[in-house]
Amino acid sequence: MTELLITGVRLVPGPGDAAGALASGTQDILIADGRYADPSQASADATRIDADGLLALPGLIDLHTHLREPGREDAETVESGTLAAARGGFAAVMAMANTDPVTDTAEAAEHIRALGRKHGSAQVYPIGAVSKGLAGQELAELGLMARSGVTMFSDDGHCVSDSRLMRRALEYVRAFGGVIAQHAQDPRLAGSDACCHEGEVSGRLGLPGWPSAAEATVIARDAELTKLTRSRLHVCHVSTAESVDVLRWAKKRAIDITAEVTPHHLLLTTALLEGYDPTFKVNPPLRPDEDVAAVREALADGTIDVVATDHAPHARHDKEHAFGDAAPGMVGLETALGVVIETMINTGALDWDGLVDRTSFGPGRIARLQDGLGLPPVLGAAANLTVIDPQRRTVVDRDSSASLSRNNPWHGLELPDPVMATVAGGEVTYSRL
Amino acid sequence: MADSTSPPGTADTSDPGPQRVVLDAEDISRALTRMAHQILETNRGAQGLVLAGIPRRGVPLAERLATAIEAAEGVRIPVGALDITMYRDDLRSHPTRPVGHTRMPAGVDDAVVVLVDDVLMSGRSVRAALDALGDLGRPRAVRLAVLVDRGHRQLPIRADHVGKNLPTSADERVLVRLEETDGSTEVVITKPAPESGSSPQEASL
Amino acid sequence: MRHLLSSADLEPDDVTAILDLAEEMADVQHRSIKKLPALRGRTVVNLFFEDSTRTRSSFEIAGKWLSADVINISAKGSSVSKGESLRDTVLTVAAMGVDALVIRHMTSGAPQQVTGWIDAHVVNAGDGTHEHPTQALLDAFTLRRHFGGDTGSFANRRIAIVGDITHSRVARSNVLLLKKLGALPVLVAPPTLMPSGVDSWDCEVSADLDAVLGGVDAVMMLRVQRERMSGGYFPTPREYTIGYGLTRDRLTALKPGTAICHPGPMNRGLEISADAADAANSLVLDQVTAGVAVRMSVLYQLLGGEDES
Repeated sequence: MTELLITGVRLVPGPGDAAGALASGTQDILIADGRYADPSQASADATRIDADGLLALPGLIDLHTHLREPGREDAETVESGTLAAARGGFAAVMAMANTDPVTDTAEAAEHIRALGRKHGSAQVYPIGAVSKGLAGQELAELGLMARSGVTMFSDDGHCVSDSRLMRRALEYVRAFGGVIAQHAQDPRLAGSDACCHEGEVSGRLGLPGWPSAAEATVIARDAELTKLTRSRLHVCHVSTAESVDVLRWAKKRAIDITAEVTPHHLLLTTALLEGYDPTFKVNPPLRPDEDVAAVREALADGTIDVVATDHAPHARHDKEHAFGDAAPGMVGLETALGVVIETMINTGALDWDGLVDRTSFGPGRIARLQDGLGLPPVLGAAANLTVIDPQRRTVVDRDSSASLSRNNPWHGLELPDPVMATVAGGEVTYSRL
Repeated sequence: MADSTSPPGTADTSDPGPQRVVLDAEDISRALTRMAHQILETNRGAQGLVLAGIPRRGVPLAERLATAIEAAEGVRIPVGALDITMYRDDLRSHPTRPVGHTRMPAGVDDAVVVLVDDVLMSGRSVRAALDALGDLGRPRAVRLAVLVDRGHRQLPIRADHVGKNLPTSADERVLVRLEETDGSTEVVITKPAPESGSSPQEASL
Repeated sequence: MRHLLSSADLEPDDVTAILDLAEEMADVQHRSIKKLPALRGRTVVNLFFEDSTRTRSSFEIAGKWLSADVINISAKGSSVSKGESLRDTVLTVAAMGVDALVIRHMTSGAPQQVTGWIDAHVVNAGDGTHEHPTQALLDAFTLRRHFGGDTGSFANRRIAIVGDITHSRVARSNVLLLKKLGALPVLVAPPTLMPSGVDSWDCEVSADLDAVLGGVDAVMMLRVQRERMSGGYFPTPREYTIGYGLTRDRLTALKPGTAICHPGPMNRGLEISADAADAANSLVLDQVTAGVAVRMSVLYQLLGGEDES
């Protein structure tokens, strides 16, 4: 019997009153054989971690991670990506389907899950593709993937732009309670060359514009399709004030729609593109200040339900092209919680219960995860816990990352560096205590 | 370019230190008149003569020589400006130098071109001027007229017409001032304090 | 001057220095021996990721007349498709011992990115839909002569830039440069060809060429690229010409002496009529001639002095 006793930690169990949940406040937490147990029963030889002055949060869940394996193991592997996740406080990550081969069959999904079990420092849940090969033409085998445990489907990287295909996908997953996670980007308004928020900066720098309307119009259409099909929609990486308005409108009409925002859209802005550094190229692009303010406000009031990283590692040579040719995306697992604390807690926009909801409970609800994820700690349940020091800060150094990639937009920035230990599925996956 | 000459376009603003006037305006005028006569004598008249001043101070000196020649001979001979910046052999040892104005009268070919400069020292600016001239045409002969020859030659170059030979030590500076470029006309020798020895004025070219 | 990436990097004094020196260089163009030794031993590489015979030739002649060794490397096509990153391509070229890289790239910002990777001087010879600063300088050179000689002659001159502003690097560089010189650029285009955020460019913007034409001192007509014609930016070439072309009829609306410029190559009959292109006050060929002198001047400013450490 292995026992871990975390002493003197202040538990933030999250909002709501779950039956049997541990109370909030300073206490000792005992994890015995991977499950929460009564700390007064701790044996004398239990491993002790002194967490005096630290906070314990229900383990973080990332709804949107690119692990790149299989296919681009030079950029990231399940092993390296989940190590980065553990260091970022994540107990579980949802692995996006745009690998090579694409996760568009039950077998491919099972392969990801097996890689996660074998090499994972976080629990790995595969996301299935909506369409075969992400081609946006025919539905992938959604039902078979669901039977193998897939709960979320996405063509992320591509928008399911065909209205009829989107309608069918939403309809079809209703049978097994799946959710479609849409990468909202009208390809006619923001084509594959679009790489800069359409506005003053794109006009001046001569970079192809990515207008807000290309995101908001797809969300509006999909909201209507979700209502029509009585299904469930999740919107990936919401980035603009216009999209927030559409989400508010849809939620007011009781459409079952949820949304995520990335850490980079909470803090970084279009102005960073001035130097044409492809590190700051991401899709959807960084937006101006007013959009950053709008997505923060929406995350605070719940219009945007969760934070998801869109951790998108790229090999160095894929970023060393001209800005327009470079691969879009940025790493974010290790810095995500720091950015959320900086932008939402340190500004007073969210309290700690709110943060737990946006980073753990919300993702768990949307993806309908089991295994004690996204829930308050309950005696007897599998332990998923993130221990943090909210005061700790550091200057981000991309070379100290566990990710194999260095496309780190946070490099050189001073941010909260809170994560002290992570427990995922009862295992200590990361600790610097 | 002679050591008295600032890089083209820059004013002579450095503190010259204690100075000794070796030629005043009258002396210079007399020297130029004599040089004008020598030039005519050597050339046996004004036939085919072209004066090419090396910016900056060589250009007004060439104009003055032309005026003196006109007074003696009653003929106005053509005067040009021959910038040598891009022909210098020390371009790489300075920040990019501003380039001066080159305007040569037509017909350098088969003319007798008299290069005019204020101070002759190392001979390097004359070497540069010969190269520059060669790119413009093929003169019948090239001669050299300088107001001051202060020695310290680094190339096998000799002036044909000299206003004044001024034996100097290497650490002295010879400053030629002309009304047209400097507001007064005189030649002075200064001996700068040792710490100012690296002034840009010291360029030996 | 370390690099020339954008007109925005140039102060008015820099522009005056470049144009003044270009006047000296222009004289060299008329000599029988077109050669100056200033860049002897320097190596200039024209690294062109996009074809442009005229710009490449202009830089090549400029470098050669200054005695630099000039090498042309055509790296046409996206480096992505060839599997080599831009950084690798540029490092490979720089490793040969290059003093200046003249870069043309179809993607905005590429020359600026390159400055972070190598020590050589970088000249932007046109990047995507961003800038083409030597074109703006040669336009300024040509117009300065037309207006009367000194840089001050630009003050309050109204200069219409007409056509596809959105995709024009020439327009961007010219707006920045002309404003620095005190001129008043007026941008004229249908709204589909006007860049986003143009309101913040602090210059007059119009969709009505006829309303602008009578009050300007120069018109710069921009080339309409073939791909725009099928891109839905305007209905038909015919409609474009009627709305925004410098037609024979519009010539009569110009004040006498109004300069007509075009960066070339011209689509005669589309954005500019033959009558306009060949008019007495057309400066189109002067622009081409000015290109060599201006690029000589730029190369000398970059490479004429000591190496910066």
